[in-house]
Amino acid sequence: MRLIGHRLALYALTLWVAITVNFLLPHLMPGNPIQTMIGKLTGQVTPQEINAIRLSFGGGLNNSLISQYFTYIGQLLHGNLGVSITQSATVSSILISHVPWTIGLIGVSTIISFLVGTVSGALLGWTRGSRLDSLIPTATFFQAVPYFFLGTVMLLVFASNLRWFPVLGAYSQNLVPGWHWAFVASLLRYGELPVISIVLSSVAGWMLGMRNMMITMVAEDFVLMAIAMGLPKRKVIMAAARNAVLPSIANLSLAIGLVVSGALLVELVFNYPGVGDLLLNAISGQDYPLIQGIFLCITLTVLAANLLADLVYLLLDPRTRTEVAP
Amino acid sequence: MRSLRIPRSPKVIIGLSILGFFVFLMIFGPYLAPFSPDNTSFAPLLTPSMHHWFGTTSLGQDIFSQTLVGARATMVVAGVAGLVATMLSIIVGISAGYIGGFTDDGLSLMSNVFLALPGLPLLIVIDSYLPVDSRSNSLVIGLIISLTGWAWGARVLRAQTMSLRNRDFVESSRIIGEKRIRIMFTEVAPNLLPILAASLLFTILYSIGAYVTLAYIGLTSTSVWNWGTMLFWAQSNNAPLSGEWYWFVPPGICIALVGTSLALLNFGIDEFINPRLRAGGLSGRQRRRLGMPRRQRLGLTPVVRSVTTAPRIAVQTEYSVTP
Repeated sequence: MRLIGHRLALYALTLWVAITVNFLLPHLMPGNPIQTMIGKLTGQVTPQEINAIRLSFGGGLNNSLISQYFTYIGQLLHGNLGVSITQSATVSSILISHVPWTIGLIGVSTIISFLVGTVSGALLGWTRGSRLDSLIPTATFFQAVPYFFLGTVMLLVFASNLRWFPVLGAYSQNLVPGWHWAFVASLLRYGELPVISIVLSSVAGWMLGMRNMMITMVAEDFVLMAIAMGLPKRKVIMAAARNAVLPSIANLSLAIGLVVSGALLVELVFNYPGVGDLLLNAISGQDYPLIQGIFLCITLTVLAANLLADLVYLLLDPRTRTEVAP
Repeated sequence: MRSLRIPRSPKVIIGLSILGFFVFLMIFGPYLAPFSPDNTSFAPLLTPSMHHWFGTTSLGQDIFSQTLVGARATMVVAGVAGLVATMLSIIVGISAGYIGGFTDDGLSLMSNVFLALPGLPLLIVIDSYLPVDSRSNSLVIGLIISLTGWAWGARVLRAQTMSLRNRDFVESSRIIGEKRIRIMFTEVAPNLLPILAASLLFTILYSIGAYVTLAYIGLTSTSVWNWGTMLFWAQSNNAPLSGEWYWFVPPGICIALVGTSLALLNFGIDEFINPRLRAGGLSGRQRRRLGMPRRQRLGLTPVVRSVTTAPRIAVQTEYSVTP
């Protein structure tokens, strides 16, 4: 319980830092980006819209920074993230239509990559020194390749040349989105290549971490004991792996942030209609309210995922329930 | 202080030679490039040939020259960011671990917050507000990247410092009355060297990824050639879909090779810190020569102290030759 309290407090603080950075950045940057932006928009949009934009950055520019800060937080608490400049809609409504795609894509690929990496890492650690070890340099190479580059190459080879996979987007353009079989099938079909490329580039991290922990674990007395007792090999591996997987899960929170960053770029490559694609458009259109909204949204999601990982860890490792949090 | 033995495993040798090659490119690349990377006087979209080794872009620029020139900005930014971030993590990590108490609480909280914040989105937000002239300044970009990359190293260094602070040699210098700063940086820090090196490599790896990504989404100035900018132009001209592989493959492979070399060196350091991992790095042949079983027996952890010690190998070969 105490651990959860600690973590909750940490995540709340992190969120606050993110919000504050979001607020302070445009105010502190040289050349006052807000003023420039509003100057550029005058004449193109209605005065009401300009007011809404002003409000989303913390109200009138003549007020003191502190009062603007509180206005800003007040706006956030009401779920008001401001109005997008490039697309005439509120930032929150744009986010709601894009976020599910990203969460689906990243969620599925993170789970697959974690499972594949952990299982193969456990086996690699167990059979250390066998021919399987030659997998490691390959895995390292894939770990070092930027996600988006791997995605680009796979797109070129498997979709554009070999035509094994559909090329761009998240579903066939002839279909109307909805919960019917044809649409779901096309969703899965279009998702294959992005998921494979994210898994390929993130699996090595899990695999190597698990392998190293497993090698350490195999030398522990309880493993020797289990073998001496004549337990079947499968049971011994399971027992060792159960202990070796704990650091992997403890590191999950660190890794989720990295995977999310990488996956945003994979979306760009595949034209997947998620947050990554949105972010690129926002950047090229200098749509500051949208960029900020996306950043807050990603932060919130990553923190929630971290909390989930912490809960899983707590369930799996009884030691954390009695001891004080590290 | 004993001198560091660099483990001479094939991983380390390969890693060092690849890295050395790219450091060479970083220094001499711009002088070796046959053309100016901005020169648009060639025919567009030429496939690789004797004259244009990597072909040309849709604007008729020589891709080989761009790759050579781009090495400098990419490596310099990654190096600067890695060094600054590691400095930050040394200062924060060692002070937190050594001083303890409220200092530790505050600093740990700070690094935990930075760890939990998603790094790349934060970078993008900061960078998108930068005025255009700062975006072309490699130093500014490097500093911003280091701001998001120091926390992991700080956490690792803190943990290790805490395990060192009560050792006898630290205790004795405390009793002699050494200043705290001196103990921290001349007694504790040298013992963190392997971890420090691993953390530096990891941070440089992160920085390369971050810098290339920022360039790829068009957030650094396009007037500075780096491998990310090349990928940016390739992507925005739809090179992957129109089959112009020679446009985006060279910069991508370069990034991947630098990354692989850093990761390989990191393995070497891991094996140095944890000897148990070392046996895994032996090839089947070396294993036989050392008389080790092909398959590890459980519960045994053979630690090969030095693979290259001549006498032991000699004895082993004699063994296997005599029937």
